[in-house]
Amino acid sequence: MERVPILKIGGVLLVSIQIDLQDQSVLALQEDLAEKISTTGAHGVVIDISAVEIVDSFIGRMFATIASISRLFDADTVVVGMRPAVAITLVELGLTLGGVRTALNLERGMKILEQVRRDA
Amino acid sequence: MTSDAGHAPRLIELLRTNTESLIDKWVDAVAVLLRGRSTKAELESDFKEFFAVLLPLVGTDGRDTSRPEFAEIRSLLEEYSRNRVRSGFTPSETASSLFSLKREVFGLTEGDEDPELFRQVLEFSSLLDALGLLTFEFYARAREEIIREQSEQLLELTTPVVKIWEGVLAVPLVGTLDSARTQVVMEKLLEMLVETGSEHAIIDITGVFAVDTQVAQHLLKTVVAARLMGAECIVSGIRPQIAQTIVALGIEFGDIVTKASLADALRHALRRDGVDVVRREVV
Repeated sequence: MERVPILKIGGVLLVSIQIDLQDQSVLALQEDLAEKISTTGAHGVVIDISAVEIVDSFIGRMFATIASISRLFDADTVVVGMRPAVAITLVELGLTLGGVRTALNLERGMKILEQVRRDA
Repeated sequence: MTSDAGHAPRLIELLRTNTESLIDKWVDAVAVLLRGRSTKAELESDFKEFFAVLLPLVGTDGRDTSRPEFAEIRSLLEEYSRNRVRSGFTPSETASSLFSLKREVFGLTEGDEDPELFRQVLEFSSLLDALGLLTFEFYARAREEIIREQSEQLLELTTPVVKIWEGVLAVPLVGTLDSARTQVVMEKLLEMLVETGSEHAIIDITGVFAVDTQVAQHLLKTVVAARLMGAECIVSGIRPQIAQTIVALGIEFGDIVTKASLADALRHALRRDGVDVVRREVV
């Protein structure tokens, strides 16, 4: 099973998904991320899915789950770089990712986290 | 072949010997029918070719025109009908150019008392009927093709996505919204959002004259999909009647921003981006 790397940039954790996600790797990612947020005390999580072309309802739910987990550690989650086809699929599946912030690209995502941090 | 296995039926001989005059008369009759919209030269070359292909088929049963011996005449008729469609002839004009040949053949055999010949002419006439119906079929098919092509072109034409400010896209929708069109609009808009890195999109429905629940559903889907990608959509230009329909149908736009005009929507988008438009003091 491939594991998704989690990188730390300042107070932000960057998860860049570059592989076809299997259910197992999704579960592993959720565990790893929870572990990492608690040890680093990060205030934000960015999930970059610009390389993801195929999603199903399980992966769709992953975003919401990760957001809820991070929220417990008082960290915000931003999903960035979603492709049009993926967005359409999620809408057709009826998943609207309530509570998850989204941004067009990584740069904007970081900016949003910064802003939220400042406003808090 | 039906009869006279030994020698060629009399009708074929008659047609063969009178080819020239028959085609002349036929061309004349059809030229009158089409009221000069086709030149005689055009008709003549068409009919000569047609006659040459038709002649070996005389005496053949016209009930099943899908058989291989009809292949040549089918393609000829298809070409002919297609041209007629393009140049704006009606289907009956197209079919009756074939039927006119019947009258000329009847004229040719009129005085003859031979019952065998009469039978052959009858058979020939039913063959022409079958071929006439074929032109009708080809005509309809060609027309359907044209309609399909045009609706595809229309789909492409009527869904422009334009950038009206740095980071602001606009989609002016005009005409009727159906599932296919909204699908195209949605995909195009989302792709443009990524391409231009725009965070705002204005969907202007000033040119849309009817909104039903399905159309509203599509609009909502588009907005939600854009939101998933990190962009906000504003719906503008809702007509008064449409506003009433929307309320009457109980469609909820939820937290989607709606503005009266495209200008209002643009101002809203700019303000969200931190841009202020200020009038300069003009002396």
